[in-house]
Amino acid sequence: MRSRGFIKLFSVIFVALIVAYVAFIGVNAGNYTIKPVEDYIRLGLDLRGGVYVLEEAQGNVTPDAMSKAIAVIRNRVDALGVAQPVIVQQGSNRIRVELPGMTDPDKAIDVIGKTAQLKFVGPDGKVILTGADVKDAKAVYSQGQMQEPEVTLSFNSEGTKKFADATQKFIGQPISILLDDKVISAPTVRDAITTGNAVITGLKDYKEATDLATLIRAGSLPVTLKPIAYQSVGATLGPSAYKASVDAGVYGVILILLFMIAFYRLPGFVADIALGIYIIINFIIYAMLNVTLDLPGIAGMLLSIGMAVDTNIIIFERLKEELRAGKSLRAAVDAGFNKAFRAVFDANITSLIGGAVLFYMGSGNVKGFALTLMIGVASSMFTAITVTRFLLHAIVDMNFVKNIKIYGA
Amino acid sequence: MGHREASILKFHVNVMGRSKIWFSISGVIILIGILAIIFRGFSWGIDFTGGTIMEFNIGHSFDTKEITQILDKYKVGDYQIQKLGSKGDGVSIKTKVLPDNVRISIIKDIESKYNLTDKDLISSQQVGPSLGSEIKFGTFLAAGIAALLMLTYLGLRFNFEMSLAAVLALIHNVFILISVYAVFHITVDAPFIAAILTVFGYSVHDTIIIFDRIRDNLKIMRKSSYDEIANISVNQTMGRSINTVITVLIMLLLMYFLGPSALKDFALPLIIGITWGAYSSIFIASPLWVLIKNKEKGKKVINKPAKVQ
Repeated sequence: MRSRGFIKLFSVIFVALIVAYVAFIGVNAGNYTIKPVEDYIRLGLDLRGGVYVLEEAQGNVTPDAMSKAIAVIRNRVDALGVAQPVIVQQGSNRIRVELPGMTDPDKAIDVIGKTAQLKFVGPDGKVILTGADVKDAKAVYSQGQMQEPEVTLSFNSEGTKKFADATQKFIGQPISILLDDKVISAPTVRDAITTGNAVITGLKDYKEATDLATLIRAGSLPVTLKPIAYQSVGATLGPSAYKASVDAGVYGVILILLFMIAFYRLPGFVADIALGIYIIINFIIYAMLNVTLDLPGIAGMLLSIGMAVDTNIIIFERLKEELRAGKSLRAAVDAGFNKAFRAVFDANITSLIGGAVLFYMGSGNVKGFALTLMIGVASSMFTAITVTRFLLHAIVDMNFVKNIKIYGA
Repeated sequence: MGHREASILKFHVNVMGRSKIWFSISGVIILIGILAIIFRGFSWGIDFTGGTIMEFNIGHSFDTKEITQILDKYKVGDYQIQKLGSKGDGVSIKTKVLPDNVRISIIKDIESKYNLTDKDLISSQQVGPSLGSEIKFGTFLAAGIAALLMLTYLGLRFNFEMSLAAVLALIHNVFILISVYAVFHITVDAPFIAAILTVFGYSVHDTIIIFDRIRDNLKIMRKSSYDEIANISVNQTMGRSINTVITVLIMLLLMYFLGPSALKDFALPLIIGITWGAYSSIFIASPLWVLIKNKEKGKKVINKPAKVQ
């Protein structure tokens, strides 16, 4: 019995240490690699520094117009050279843009929000026609046997005339298509095109064709965007906020670990191991869900760490009582668990309900909080039922203390 | 036997006997809160009202009047200027939503006044007014729906008297928290509402633990009054009520004192709400349950003779 208890206890600690090593440092064995969780968890703009802008399309916009607007913004952001930008649609008529590393919100707003400018420029640098002359652009597969992806262009009457003149003049030479002064395509003219319908061929795949067609359409019928909210966080503020949060978290965890040992002795130590495992589990879940950790998210995470030991406290207090009432250690552990579980379960379900509603309906600056809190509450139930219970049983098996004082009783 | 029982009851607080005092304390706080709301209202954050906040690192001490002059130059009517940092060498300027050109001019003026570079604009934030009212509506709607769902769940899990007492205590908690924010005019924004919901969920912890104990004791102490049962249950569980809150408070206090302002926005209402929640589980929820139970018993006694006839 004794040795079984020791084996149980140390195998849990051993496995936890291995998982912690893999999770935080990563493994690289031959062609099999596990990257550390850090690489899967994005830090929010408030921690990295950068600009966030929420743009709203004016007037009635179709889903197609929105995807065009997003394509335009992506095109411009790529030109800025921002690493890991986020450009996503929010609701039916809004676009959220996050530009890490940028510091000037006005420059960002200017770049993102200006109306798209499409130009066709000849090899002589002169403008042939603009977006206003383009009627449509579509990605299609070519008619022949090869089924190559291509983009078909059609021009309005004025565009048809301008394009016919240009193609006659520049046969064998490239015509550049520029969106916001960035070349998006430079096809070579093969024939004079007088019908108002042109085809761009030689594209890598269908996706490239779709992207190009979307950008050209975006330039021909631009969507007007208006910034309705923005936030910029300076390059020094983000990292210092991050450091301050980490400090608060680390000191908090250390104090909680000490408090648990001081108050609950051996079970407290068990709870500390469980808390360590709990923290590892949380980070692994963040990595699996690709969570973006912003300051509200950190608030939720730290709060959930503070709340995680609660379950253990409730169980241990019950355990103490059962021991004082003269129950055997094994019976006391089981009774402690069973009686405490209901209270823990109900309270956690209530927290999960609140978190879920906040996550789906709350504004951007509370979503992160709701998410990490929900992950925390769910995983704390899991660790209490599995890890704490298993470890307490292991200690009961070890049977090396008859004195119930070591259980804090 | 006597000895063992004494060791179980580490606390001997006569909670039920003085329930009028506890109810009065809460009543007074909420009353002051209501007066503050009526006469001064809340200090809404720009999440809800829309507005602009700019924060600069000036690098040395300065006179806020200098900033006032710059803002007045552009006829920014409504603004708040606040010094930042322990040395007071930073500034936070909160205004209503400014047109882009005005905002850029103000930034340029402040930068040239104090020889600052772009880097010294630590952060800036703007929320359009229509977006603000949309967020406000959405957040309150979310809070309302969440509260209803939570209450429904509690109602399903407890018997009628206990859920009524628990729910009243929870609502009272929220009122206390709102009162504190109104009286001290602390900014109310989306994190505050999120914190309220968290307090709601968390305070249930303590209440459930006590009520579970009351349920156990009801079976054992058949001859005792509800007052006695509630008192003993509260005292038996006081240790864990305090300890569960301590671990959370350790974390929250560190978040508040060490963390950046975004963490403080969450930590402060949680510190107040969770502490008060633990208090109210003992001093409000349990006496309320006794009150409801005794009322019921009174009714039954009156009903009884009628039945005999």
